[in-house]
Amino acid sequence: MVEIETLHSPKDFKSDQEVRWCPGCGDHAILSSIMRALSALNIPKEKFAFISGIGCSSRFPYYIDTYGFHSIHGRAAAIASGVKVANPDLSVWEITGDGDALAIGGNHFIHAVRRNIDINIILFNNEIYGLTKGQYSPTSAKGLVTKTSPYGTIEEPFQPGELVVGAKGKFFARTLDSNIKLSTEIYMEAARHDGTSVVEVLQNCIIFNDGIHAAISDKAHRDDRTIILRQGEPMMFGKNSDKGLVLDGLKLKVVKLANGISEKDLLVHDAEENNPGMHTMLANMRYPGFPVALGVIRAVSAPTYDMAVSGQIAKVKKSSEIKCVDDLLRSGSTWEAK
Amino acid sequence: MRNSDNVIEREEMVIRFSGDSGDGMQLTGTLFSNTSALFGNDISTFPDYPAEIRAPQGTVGGISGFQVHVGHSEIFTPGDLADVLVAMNPAAIKANSKLIRQGGTIIIDEDNFTEKNITKAGYTSDPVKEDKLEDYNIIAAPISTLVKEALKDFGLDPKTVMRTKNMFALGIVYWLFDRELKYTRSFIEKKFSLRPEIIRANMEVLNAGYNYGETIEALTPTYRVSPAKIDKGTYRNINGNTSTAWGLLAAAEKANLELFIGSYPITPATGILEELAARKDLGVKSFQAEDEIAGICTAIGASFAGRLAVTTTSGPGLALKAEALGLAVMTELPLVVINVQRGGPSTGLPTKTEQSDLMQALYGRNGESPVVVIAASTPSNCFKFAFEAARIAVEHMVPVILLTDGFLANGTEPWRIPSMADLPDINPPLAIEGDTDYIPYKRDEKLLNRKWAIPGTRGFEHRIGGLEKTINGTVSYVPENHEYMVKIRAEKVARVVTKVPDMKVYGAGEGDILVIGWGGTYGHLLTAVREIIDDGLIEVGFAHFNYINPLPSNTAKVFSCFKMLLVAELNSGQFVNYLRMNFQEFNFQQINKVQGLPFTVAEIKDKCYKIVEI
Repeated sequence: MVEIETLHSPKDFKSDQEVRWCPGCGDHAILSSIMRALSALNIPKEKFAFISGIGCSSRFPYYIDTYGFHSIHGRAAAIASGVKVANPDLSVWEITGDGDALAIGGNHFIHAVRRNIDINIILFNNEIYGLTKGQYSPTSAKGLVTKTSPYGTIEEPFQPGELVVGAKGKFFARTLDSNIKLSTEIYMEAARHDGTSVVEVLQNCIIFNDGIHAAISDKAHRDDRTIILRQGEPMMFGKNSDKGLVLDGLKLKVVKLANGISEKDLLVHDAEENNPGMHTMLANMRYPGFPVALGVIRAVSAPTYDMAVSGQIAKVKKSSEIKCVDDLLRSGSTWEAK
Repeated sequence: MRNSDNVIEREEMVIRFSGDSGDGMQLTGTLFSNTSALFGNDISTFPDYPAEIRAPQGTVGGISGFQVHVGHSEIFTPGDLADVLVAMNPAAIKANSKLIRQGGTIIIDEDNFTEKNITKAGYTSDPVKEDKLEDYNIIAAPISTLVKEALKDFGLDPKTVMRTKNMFALGIVYWLFDRELKYTRSFIEKKFSLRPEIIRANMEVLNAGYNYGETIEALTPTYRVSPAKIDKGTYRNINGNTSTAWGLLAAAEKANLELFIGSYPITPATGILEELAARKDLGVKSFQAEDEIAGICTAIGASFAGRLAVTTTSGPGLALKAEALGLAVMTELPLVVINVQRGGPSTGLPTKTEQSDLMQALYGRNGESPVVVIAASTPSNCFKFAFEAARIAVEHMVPVILLTDGFLANGTEPWRIPSMADLPDINPPLAIEGDTDYIPYKRDEKLLNRKWAIPGTRGFEHRIGGLEKTINGTVSYVPENHEYMVKIRAEKVARVVTKVPDMKVYGAGEGDILVIGWGGTYGHLLTAVREIIDDGLIEVGFAHFNYINPLPSNTAKVFSCFKMLLVAELNSGQFVNYLRMNFQEFNFQQINKVQGLPFTVAEIKDKCYKIVEI
């Protein structure tokens, strides 16, 4: 990346608090990527507000020197919604986890997404409850043995991307905690997108679910087991860029670039397409059958709630005869007592 | 002008409109109330309706009532008993027969007194006879038939024709009270401005009802309730929910803050959200949240962002908001929570009034979590106390719960419109750019509030949250720090007492008995105390509390001047137990009612006389 002069360096976002995540936790890398993204966005740092719920991820605001609010379990989306609607000038970020956003806070999550409030939701997905020491979460794979599922879970997990699309979401991206370069790019894209941006970060909990994403994240295999989607580019992946995605009927299929199949036969990524069909299929791809999709999977422009609120107010203000509270008190039926 | 021989002059009268939930009784009552207010009467109204939008027709459970008390003298309650009852069907008689004053007037729609309806209401024969109402002044009009006749040339479908029946009944009542029809005409013209045929039909029926009254004049006396002598000024009729909403708007303007309301619809509080949602012209940001929790959480977010933030609800909703309210306590953000109380527990009696959320407001949270609790006591002073709630929240950086109730929310009374110039300024303790180092929990020496540093302000980036903190905003589990912070948060709430006016006792300053109340029972208690004073048998005083936490600083002194202390409230004794806890030196007696209904004046008087043994 070319270094340009910015208002703040990534280091300027370091708070005076001691970072208390476990050594080796994926959160450290996420913090580092977000600091880089904030610096690159070149916005005065007093304009950032970081809102979190409860859980390991939600300690994030303490470690970043912006305005921050560490709230209560599941409610970060609602609090962030209030902050952004109240002051659309702020760059509002919600830091949450799979339990916080999708279990106790599921209702607020889907409604924030549905309303398309311009907040950036960074969802740390480690498929486990960490802070309560190892219970299954709504994204834990079916059958996972945890302290509260000693015989394996019997629940179907959520796919965050599918949930975002189902909630009428306009922006969904996925990244890996350890891929700082890609993550930084994605956080910047999320920030620049007007509307609710959901970024699922595949995050490793080194204590309670270590290695849950290892099959796709370890250096030896990650190029063959993930695909980084980029707008307008063919869906190609592999260490040697020798694999790609095509449509086979109504389903995706992995092909080798050989035997007459070339780059031009591959699907071309279009995150801006409003129809979510392809985005859902891409977000739902799972290893080993498919590469796991990383990058911005969906980014459709649409009016935001916060701007619509301000717009409606401006419009009504113009046409109403009531300009102040005194006007209101004296509006309608009144009478004089003499 | 009518034949004056047959006009009875009255100081005050109570009229109750009663019919099926779909009969338009709420509208009819409102139109009569507004007409009376414009005429110059003092009024007080009480809508009393079921939770079901259209309960089974003709049954007692489906009866919707609207009571209005009009007076030449000051009126403080909607009245205990009705002088005039409009009963659109037999069930309306069944529901109200014990609520009519002996010998009162009953207007009935004769056409609806069919065998089927009589049975449905639980009678076996003529309701008038069965309930021994023969001596009452019964105006039995074949309303349905007369309405059909009046509109036969209008070409309207039968359903639309029958919908105007309430206007016929209203016409008779207007005749009975010699009221002009012009206010109702202008209301109907406005409401149906796009449907001229409906305007014509309603006016035709209203006139037909009025004329029907004139043709039976010989048989029925009419009433005159002359205008009340009230203070000079501009007046309007207002209900508690609207006046609450307007009080918040006034506070926002005085504080120079944008108003944000995050709420979820719930009876009987919804009116506040609706009113504020309509006030985009005053810059209100209203957010209809996905649930009660999101209602308060969006408000907390808006408060963090530097706005005057409000969430409105009723009892079950306050329960859902409890955890988030604790967050506002911990983060010391200003927040106004309005609880329009209704009958509980659980879903309880959604459309009925009660004062049973006091303990919830005071203590219904985890941990040591004190908040300011205040209560409005009349529909119009909801304005004042909503304003005060906001002023305290913002200036002291503390959550404030304002308690109103279903009776205040829906009841109306004339209100002398204040001028914004007469209201106090509100000064938020904002951290301003250029202030030296901002420390999140550093406190003002006097008020103990912290500064409000709003995101967007350069140099004051800081973190707050639900975990216990040191003064610097650093998370801390140090035992002594926690205890210190618990105490200082409580002391901050206690110091709100500087904004609490001394309790002023109505009536005798000392004597036999002090009637003690709080919140929405004010009108009934005051009327009872006035009547006891008029009787002249005992020395009675009346202390009504609007400030619950903290209490006025002269409370104990006031209590010490009376031999007996009687606490009256619409619950099983929540305020009385709060007083017992705070003032163990006194012996409190109590009168309680938990029927979803206001006290009657008679109940309070009887109790007072009983305990002083007269």
